[in-house]
Amino acid sequence: MTAIELGNVRKTFRVKGGLLGADRHVVAVDDVSFAVPTGGVLGIVGESGCGKSTLARLILGLLQPDRGSIAVEGQRVAAMDRRARARLIQPVFQDPFASLNPMTRVRDIVAMPLKAQGNFGAADVRRRVDEMLARVGLSAEMGRRLPAELSGGQRQRVAIARALVLRPRIVVCDEPTSALDVSVQAQILNLLAELRRELGLTYLFISHNLAVVEHVASEVAVMYLGRFVERAPTERLFGEPEHPYTRALLASVLTPEPGLGVPDVGLGDTLPDPANIPAGCRFHPRCPIAEPRCAVESPPLKARPGGGVECLLV
Amino acid sequence: MTALLEIEQLQVSFGSTAAVRGASLSVARGETHCLVGESGCGKSVTALSVMNLLAPNARRSAKRLAFEGQDLLGLSDSGMANLRGNAMAMIFQEPMTSLNPAYTVGSQMTEVLRRHKRASQRAATDRAADLLARVGITAPGLRLGQFPHQLSGGLRQRVMIAMALMCEPRLLIADEPTTALDVTVQAQILRLLSRLQRDLGLGMLLITHDLGIVARVAHRVSVMYAGEVVESAPTAELFANPRHPYTQGLLRCVPVPGRIKRDEPLGSIPGTVPRIAPGFAGCAFRERCAFADESCSSAIPRHRPSAAHDFLCRLPA
Ligand SMILES: Nc1ncnc2c1ncn2[C@@H]1O[C@H](COP(=O)(O)OP(=O)(O)OP(=O)(O)O)[C@@H](O)[C@H]1O
Ligand SMILES: Nc1ncnc2c1ncn2[C@@H]1O[C@H](COP(=O)(O)OP(=O)(O)OP(=O)(O)O)[C@@H](O)[C@H]1O
Ligand code: SF4
Ligand SMILES: [Mg+2]
Ligand SMILES: [Mg+2]
Repeated sequence: MTAIELGNVRKTFRVKGGLLGADRHVVAVDDVSFAVPTGGVLGIVGESGCGKSTLARLILGLLQPDRGSIAVEGQRVAAMDRRARARLIQPVFQDPFASLNPMTRVRDIVAMPLKAQGNFGAADVRRRVDEMLARVGLSAEMGRRLPAELSGGQRQRVAIARALVLRPRIVVCDEPTSALDVSVQAQILNLLAELRRELGLTYLFISHNLAVVEHVASEVAVMYLGRFVERAPTERLFGEPEHPYTRALLASVLTPEPGLGVPDVGLGDTLPDPANIPAGCRFHPRCPIAEPRCAVESPPLKARPGGGVECLLV
Repeated sequence: MTALLEIEQLQVSFGSTAAVRGASLSVARGETHCLVGESGCGKSVTALSVMNLLAPNARRSAKRLAFEGQDLLGLSDSGMANLRGNAMAMIFQEPMTSLNPAYTVGSQMTEVLRRHKRASQRAATDRAADLLARVGITAPGLRLGQFPHQLSGGLRQRVMIAMALMCEPRLLIADEPTTALDVTVQAQILRLLSRLQRDLGLGMLLITHDLGIVARVAHRVSVMYAGEVVESAPTAELFANPRHPYTQGLLRCVPVPGRIKRDEPLGSIPGTVPRIAPGFAGCAFRERCAFADESCSSAIPRHRPSAAHDFLCRLPA
């Protein structure tokens, strides 16, 4: 069974050019196709601003694609009503402060998805909220606080409780643990893994923390300027990375070894402009192994066991 | 040499919740001091105390709180406003809380420089564009004209970093400055900060959960637990010879790529932080600690295994 399926999805944003310039189009997601099987965990890693959150919002139905098809559990996202969608798929977002209503107490935030469904009794709501708060390690006393009265990590647990309280089938996690210390992070990831096994959940898991992705994902996609440039089963991606950008990412990971300093992996200091995507291979201006033809030829998708890679030279 | 920033015996409470309980630490010119610890242990509150940006319901007191030898506790609001964003700047944990959604990136960035340095709009815009480029933002002109919600998380974070550097601060307090960034951009920003540190003698208080960053950039590390600094040491010493049981547990939890066992749960420290009610005595870690005994419920000594290393625990030095 396929939990999430995308076919040739593209999303651009129009950005005002200011006084002089003309409007420009930022290409956030560029012709992306993939499928995640039920119970799978697709990890997505990649450059800041490469389109990961946009992809998440498209799958959640919060944004409409310019073209392409998006389906969850076999149903077109665009055709679903909001309540049905909420029972099926839930987000855990990157910035817990921005996504929690500052005037609403923690308990009520967690209760909101249940109440929006309209068919849970008050006692049932209370029981489910208590259970969920305990599950993510928040005390009853914290349930009575406002978001501003919590630490960053505590707020992230609220966001996770809110996402899981309806027992959805699919959870889209956008940096769910980046605000947490390593011990609490481990508790949350273990919780997510446990719930996945118990309830057969499917996760889309976006993170900048490669060790975390290596632990939770069954397969990993590496995104660069709106495209999946490499996709592989987790062990293969970490064991035999092929795309030069994937290699650069892995080489940039800071292991906890004092004295080694911060590596310079040779990508240069200027990041790409998503409103002006380079011709040929979109990575070529920064690629440490680029050859002249990389500036002209678009790399085709080369199939690999359980995935593929878009590079002319591998 | 006097330290750039001195915090001695800081106490912060919100109603009956004690968020910081007697924390002390200092930052020297050109030094990176990393502050790590459990979510909710009081790192951000410590940072906000220095900037005098705590929520109105907070009560702050300290034996000493000084910047370049100047007392901050008695400083007037306008005196503080002159320092903030100027000689000492802060990068906040959640960029959306400190970027104003109603103004463009450009107007927010130039405003700081115009206010503190009376720079012309033209000069301020040039500097803003230059700094955006230095934190790796291409097409800075495009970004200056955008509103915060039009930027990805990582772009917002870099805008915050550039904004904090507008007035060439001497102290930078950075609260999780790179968590929203991918590891290649993170490396780039960390290299930029260490370059500024070398060139300008910038002192940095860096709050992070990423022990990889700590290992690679910190000169000194302080570990907080439940509002107290439970251990402080030079970086290599802390990683090689952690003495507090919480520090030891924390270091054991760090997932390292390539050494991950996929089917096993990740290591964590069992239990949660207790609620610290008024009159709480003893070690706040004792309910989770494998070494705890009855003496852990009374006053805990601070040991000094070496001149630069101290920890708060009943276990002998
Ligand atoms: N509402 C919007 N209006 C204009 N541009 C947008 C909008 N939302 C996103 N973008 C642009 O689309 C691109 C992709 O953004 P997105 O948030 O998906 O990146 P991301 O991969 O999640 O990055 P990060 O890792 O930094 O969170 C960026 O260039 C961003 O500025
Ligand atoms: N305005 C407030 N009112 C009440 N309690 C607060 C307030 N701000 C913070 N706290 C509490 O103070 C404690 C310390 O919070 P702080 O934000 O400093 O944690 P932190 O160490 O930065 O955590 P994290 O790593 O999760 O960001 C937390 O228990 C938090 O709930
Ligand atoms: S004081 Fe006691 S409880 Fe606290 S860390 Fe030391 S041994 Fe453990
Ligand atoms: Mg994002
Ligand atoms: Mg914090």
